[in-house]
Amino acid sequence: MTDAIMSSVTAPPSAPLGRRGPLGSVLVHAGLIAASIAMLYPLLWMISASVRPEDEIFASTSLWPSSIDVASYLRGWFGLDVSFGRFFWNSLVVAVLTVIGNVVACSLAAYAFARLRFAGRNFWFAIMLGTLMIPYHVTLIPQYVLFLNLGWVNTFLPLVVPKFLASDAFFIFLMVQFFRGIPRELDEAAMMDGCGPWRIYWKIMVPLSLPVLATAAIFSFIWTWDDFFGPLIYLNDMNTYTIQLGLRTFVDSSSTSDWGGLFAMSTLSLVPVFFFFLFFQRLLIEGIATTGMKR
Amino acid sequence: MAAVQDSAVVVGGGVQARPAAQGRWASIWAKHGAGYMFLLPWLIGFFGLTLGPAIASLYLSFTSFDLIRAPEWVGTANYVRIATADPKFAAAMQVTFLYVVLSVPFKLSFALLVAILLDRGVRGLTVYRAIFYLPSLLGGSVAIAVLWRQLFAGDGLINSLLAQFGIEGPSWISHPNYAIWTLVVLSVWQFGSPMIIFLAGLRQIPTDMYEAASLDGASKFRQFYKITLPLLTPVIFFNAVVQTIDAFKAFTPAFIISGGTGGPINSTLFYTLYLYQEAFGNFRMGYASALAWILVLIIALFTAFSFLTSRYWVHYDD
Repeated sequence: MTDAIMSSVTAPPSAPLGRRGPLGSVLVHAGLIAASIAMLYPLLWMISASVRPEDEIFASTSLWPSSIDVASYLRGWFGLDVSFGRFFWNSLVVAVLTVIGNVVACSLAAYAFARLRFAGRNFWFAIMLGTLMIPYHVTLIPQYVLFLNLGWVNTFLPLVVPKFLASDAFFIFLMVQFFRGIPRELDEAAMMDGCGPWRIYWKIMVPLSLPVLATAAIFSFIWTWDDFFGPLIYLNDMNTYTIQLGLRTFVDSSSTSDWGGLFAMSTLSLVPVFFFFLFFQRLLIEGIATTGMKR
Repeated sequence: MAAVQDSAVVVGGGVQARPAAQGRWASIWAKHGAGYMFLLPWLIGFFGLTLGPAIASLYLSFTSFDLIRAPEWVGTANYVRIATADPKFAAAMQVTFLYVVLSVPFKLSFALLVAILLDRGVRGLTVYRAIFYLPSLLGGSVAIAVLWRQLFAGDGLINSLLAQFGIEGPSWISHPNYAIWTLVVLSVWQFGSPMIIFLAGLRQIPTDMYEAASLDGASKFRQFYKITLPLLTPVIFFNAVVQTIDAFKAFTPAFIISGGTGGPINSTLFYTLYLYQEAFGNFRMGYASALAWILVLIIALFTAFSFLTSRYWVHYDD
C-alpha cells in the first residue's frame, strides 16, 4: 500500500478520464493560474513591502516596488534590544539539536520495532502509536513543573532533551514503515557473517534509509523552526528567544509604527523553510503522501 | 553402584544447573536485550515525559495549584466550575467548534477540488502542486500570522483591494463577527497537504473503471459520484479526522492575531489559547490541567464517533 502510493506519487501523471478538449484545458489552466496567483499574492506582497520605502507600504497594492530600499531590514534587525542575529542563531541551535535528537533516537526505536524480536514488542508498538493520538496539552503542565524544578527554564534543554528521548513518535512510525521495506536478506546475510544488531543498524539500516532519515530531518527542522508554543512557555529571557518569539515581541512593540521592519524580519524568518521547500520538495511531498502528515 | 550413579547424576545435574541458569539469563538477554537497548531512549521518554506527566496532570486536575504552594486537593471543583460557572470556557468551546466546523469542510472541499483538477494529466502538475503546497509549509509560522494581521486590518491589503472596487471594508481582525473568518481563511489557504494526500488517493483508482463506465455511457459527473467519490472515501475520512484534530489544537494564529487576548470579545479565544492563559497567565495550573483533560475527552469522543459512523459512509474494498 505504502509502496504503491510512493511510486504513484512519483510516477508520471495518468489521465483517468481521458484528455480534455482544448477549451476545457484552457479553462482548467485559467482556474489553476488564478488560484496560484491568489495564493501567492499575500506572500509576494509582503516581500515587496519589505523592500519598499516606508511611506509607500500601505499606499500600494501592486507587487512591484517603485524603488528598492533595504532600510527596513536594517531597522528591523536592530529593532529590539537584542538583535535578530541572536534570535536566528538561537533558532538554528535549537533546530539543529532537535534534528540530531529526532534522527538518532527515533531511528534506534524504529529499528527495534521493525527488525528486532523481543518480548512485548507489539505491546510497545501499540503504545507508541497511541501516544501519537494524545494532545500534548495533557503532559504540558507536569512537564513544565518538571523542567522548572530542574532549573531548565530559559535554556534550550526543555525544547531539545525530549527529542533525544524520541518524543516525536511520529518519526518512529515514519521510519518503521521505511525499514520494513528494506530486504530482510541483507540483515540475515550480515548476521551469518557474525554482525550484531548494532553493526546491522549502523552498516545496513542507516546507509539504506538515508531518504527517510532526510525526510525526518527536514520536517524536524521546519517544525522546530516554526514552533511558537514551546519557546513561548520555556523562554522568557530575550537573549534566549527564537526567531518566532522575536517576531512576536516585535509585533507587540511596534504594531502600528514599523510594518516595514516587521515585514523584513518576517520575510527573513521564512527563508530557511523556503530553502528546504526549494531543494527537497520531492522528499517533503512523498513524506506527506505516504504518511498523511498534516503539514 | 546405583547410589554412586545417582549421586553422579545429581552432581552432574548440579554442575549443569548453574551454567544452565546463567545460560538462561544470557539467552533471555541475547534474545530480548538488544531490542530493549534500542528502545531505551524512547522508553525513558515514554515513562518520564508522557505516562508520568499524564498521570500527574490527571491528579493536578483535581487540585488547586499555583506553582508556588503545594497542590491542594479540591475534588471535582475544577470540573464543576468548568461545566457550570465559566463563561470563558463556554466562549472558548463555541469559538473552537465554530472554527472546526467552518475551516475543515472548506479546506477539504478546496483540497479535493484542486486535486481532481490536477489529477487529470494537467501540464505543469509539479509546478502547480508546489505552489499550492508552499502555504501549508509556511502557514504555521508567526511571520504568516503577522502578515494575516496586516492583510485583514482596517487599513490592510484586503481593504485596499476592495477600495479599488469602491467597497469600504471593516477592520476584519477587530470585528467580533469577522475575526474568526480571517482565521478560517488562513486555514483554508493551507489546503496543500490534504490536497497532496487526495492526489495520492486518486492515483490509486484503477483507470479501467472509468473506461468501463465510459463505454456504458456514464457522464463525467456520474463517474465522479459513482466511482471517484466512493473509492476516495477512505482518504476523505483520513483527512477529515487529521484536520479536525489539528483544528482543535490550533494556537499560533489566534495568539498572534489577537495579541494573545483571544479578542475582540473572546471571538478568537481558541480552546488552547484559553488553556494557555489559565496556565501561564493566571498560573491556575490545576484548572488548566482539567481543561487539558476535557480537550482530550472531546478529541477522543470525536475520533470514536468518526470511526463508528465511518462504517456507514466509508467504502473499504477488501
